[in-house]
Amino acid sequence: MLEIAIWLSETEWSIALLESLYLYPWIESAHVLSICFFIGTLIFVDLRLMGVVFNKLPISEMNTRVLPWSIFGFGLMTITGLLLFYAIPVRSYQNIFFRFKIFLILLAGLNAFLFHRQMSLEGKKWDEGQNIPKTVHLKAAASLILWSGVIVSGRMIAYNWFDCDRQPQPEWVNWAAGCVMELSLTGGFDGI
Amino acid sequence: MESDRLFFLFDRLEQSYIGEAIRNSIWMFPVIEAVHLIGLAILGGSILVGDLRLLGLLLSSKPIQYVIRQTTFMLKLGLIVLVSTGIPLFLSEAIKCYYSRAFWIKMSALMLGLIFLFFIRNPICLSAEEDSRKFKIIGSISISLWAIVAGSGRWIGFS
Repeated sequence: MLEIAIWLSETEWSIALLESLYLYPWIESAHVLSICFFIGTLIFVDLRLMGVVFNKLPISEMNTRVLPWSIFGFGLMTITGLLLFYAIPVRSYQNIFFRFKIFLILLAGLNAFLFHRQMSLEGKKWDEGQNIPKTVHLKAAASLILWSGVIVSGRMIAYNWFDCDRQPQPEWVNWAAGCVMELSLTGGFDGI
Repeated sequence: MESDRLFFLFDRLEQSYIGEAIRNSIWMFPVIEAVHLIGLAILGGSILVGDLRLLGLLLSSKPIQYVIRQTTFMLKLGLIVLVSTGIPLFLSEAIKCYYSRAFWIKMSALMLGLIFLFFIRNPICLSAEEDSRKFKIIGSISISLWAIVAGSGRWIGFS
């Protein structure tokens, strides 16, 4: 994986993106503003599942009318996020906040998968007025907490407190960040 | 003369206890900033759901009043989170903000956005009967104002 990141960092477009005066900040801004589309609209889907808002609307309607906007936002976040990673691949790959963020995204994805499987089995009954099971409330709450965690850890990627080129670090930090000491001590490949 | 006084005020704010405490801490600014972003998700989502409805792009079979009402609580919650984290962030770098064009654009758009939201958008949308063209104009203005607030807010960090 590290080899792939190093290879990416040496490609022409990666260097151009990193060194660009305006393109990188614009992509980063688009990444941040996409939060409104993705997580902002998802909050309402989750709060509906918890019975807090839009209680007159069937859950299926919330999922067909509002969730597509969340998915649109997720698409924007993924495209801009991949570009941001492509501009700074090695440093991101070895950043513990980045790694934690990816871990949380995987958990949130698993949570979403479990919810949608449950909805495809029982969703009809929810629309017919049967009480929403506690397990659905839990999944909605987990979604809100996990995506908030993604926002927080994503924001923290900007800070270099635990970067491999800042030694000494506790052993567990270097382990979690996947630091390779000989490589990292030469100063990082992203030029930062 | 006026701008001298303003600079003096911003200087005093920067020297405030809260501003000082945030500057002297490694983690306080990042953590407050992260919570500010969660506020952005809450407010941005609430504005978007309402405005996309006004534009006829979301839940268009449901009454506008209903969608606006259902998003107002979260909208206010988002505002509270954003303002209560935004003020300490500002205090920690008031002088930088004074010289930042992005900051002044953001504050101007924020004032316009709030006035538009509470004195134009919501009152009209909660009282008027259907007139889709009027609502589309209101939705476009609202979404544009808040996009400027969020975008220039991000840009304060680059300047």
